[in-house]
Amino acid sequence: MAQTLVQKIMSRHLDGRDVVPGEAVMLPIDVVLGNDASINGAIAVLKNMGVERVFDPAKVVTVADHFAPAKDVKSAILLHTMKQWADQQAVKHYGLGKGGIEHTVLIEEGWIVPGSVIAGGDSHTCTYGALGAFGTGVGISDLACCLALGEFWQVVPETIQVVFKGNKRAFVTGKDLILSVLAVLGVSGATGAVLEFTGEGAEALSIDERMAVSNMAVEAGSETGFFPADQITADYLEGRTTKPWSAERSDADAEIIRTVHIDLDTINPLIALPHSPGNVAEVREARGRKIHQVYIGNCANGTMTDLRQAAGVLKGKKVHPDIRMIVVPASQRIWRQADQEGLLNIFAEAGAAVSMPTCGACFGGHNGVMGPGERALTTTNRNFKGRMGSAEAEVYIANAYVAAASAVAGEIVEPQQVADHMEVA
Amino acid sequence: MMNIHAKAILIPDDNVDTDVLYPGKYLNVLDPQEAKAHLFEGLDPKLRDLLKEGDTVLFVGENFGSGSSREQPATAMAASGVRAVLGKSFARIFARNCVNAGMPAYRNANAVLAVKQGDDIEIDIATGLVTVSGQAFPSEQMQPLPKEILAAGGMVPWVKENLDKE
Repeated sequence: MAQTLVQKIMSRHLDGRDVVPGEAVMLPIDVVLGNDASINGAIAVLKNMGVERVFDPAKVVTVADHFAPAKDVKSAILLHTMKQWADQQAVKHYGLGKGGIEHTVLIEEGWIVPGSVIAGGDSHTCTYGALGAFGTGVGISDLACCLALGEFWQVVPETIQVVFKGNKRAFVTGKDLILSVLAVLGVSGATGAVLEFTGEGAEALSIDERMAVSNMAVEAGSETGFFPADQITADYLEGRTTKPWSAERSDADAEIIRTVHIDLDTINPLIALPHSPGNVAEVREARGRKIHQVYIGNCANGTMTDLRQAAGVLKGKKVHPDIRMIVVPASQRIWRQADQEGLLNIFAEAGAAVSMPTCGACFGGHNGVMGPGERALTTTNRNFKGRMGSAEAEVYIANAYVAAASAVAGEIVEPQQVADHMEVA
Repeated sequence: MMNIHAKAILIPDDNVDTDVLYPGKYLNVLDPQEAKAHLFEGLDPKLRDLLKEGDTVLFVGENFGSGSSREQPATAMAASGVRAVLGKSFARIFARNCVNAGMPAYRNANAVLAVKQGDDIEIDIATGLVTVSGQAFPSEQMQPLPKEILAAGGMVPWVKENLDKE
């Protein structure tokens, strides 16, 4: 039987039996992830199930990121309880100053290999598709089920292929690629399916940019967004993991329910306008709109690639006096690397505030929440009404070049308006 | 058959996301009884008043519950007397969370189009067959596995049953 990549992964986890799209199976997991906003709920559910020990401590990871550092007493209790529980269960815990934002951390630290199955108590667990893994988000009941049984119920998805052909233009990044996909599929066009990114334009992307693309697969309703593993994946994983893996892809004659063709030679920097990630326009269509805060970070675009892009624009320039700019390196490793490369200093000199890694303001938690009537330009993944705080605030999503250039201009601009003479990475 | 009478609450908008159903700043609230106070906050807090009397069924638009994996929207609904959610379509994680909370999410576009705010309806929770103004609307059937979880009363009792069998 010709199989898609997702069928192959699931079949292998089910002792080789064939699976068909639409069928619900109990899918064994290789890694289960919880953060401070999800694991505590799961611990309570686990207790109600009468389960005292997790199924396999070596496969469980916990990360302090959503409300870390603690924004209030309630959050302090959650962070403390999570750490205590992790110690008691002997599962891995990445605390403040030792990890960062969960999805970046798990990829950097070698937890994720191609072909593995990861259930995470966070919808952006789909980021692991960047390494050809089936990572998918679940709620706290499913998370508890994973901790108890080592498996979760999952409907075998269909596959939608996205073919990126050609070469990216200047100032176009992974962010623009996924926004171009959302412009076609909308916010529910991939429900019940996985996305599979192929073509020369996909193969040319670095792991950082693949992460940016896969991260927002869920914004199209998709379960995950795969980049089939290749040499770039292998090079990235070299020295990072000891887990065995092999490269897999969909059979040429496997059933693909839809193919989306994107010609990169025609794509300009894009922006998601309020209040939906599917509300995509070219940046020039939003040009001149005044903004109050620029936020570079989150599990989508807080990588070294993003920080280098932003620093390239900001070097020797100043953030506009009316703008608050916040830079959130996604992990402790990235923070240190950015420090070594002098990027943090470039941000500070330009008048931006550099934060510790945290999910923070991306979900309206803390560390840069928006007030009524304010506009944010961010590199994050969601701009739903009220997402970053006030329901009367507006959130615009774009790449790090656009964010940095707009921070200098004080309004939304195309990067070349600010960065005419900079070298494009 | 598990027929119940319930009041219909209509939320016809498409793409209602979990941030408006339950804002992120309350993610550190774990108890569904406490979470109830923040349900629908970014959408229309007045909807909470409709939940105060007895059993209700929500009728919703396309791609309901999109976005975050937060379970509070589903558990706070269940804790507020919502017995089922019938929609034109659902985002994946929200639909899972509903099943796991023992409160089914059924695809049933025709019922959503037929129902009016506050209608008295009758529904078989186990199959999603709903009667609106004397007319019956069958729901799309779930796969055996989620059906089994629902029949057990949700994820907690289902896992317990499975562990007992071992």
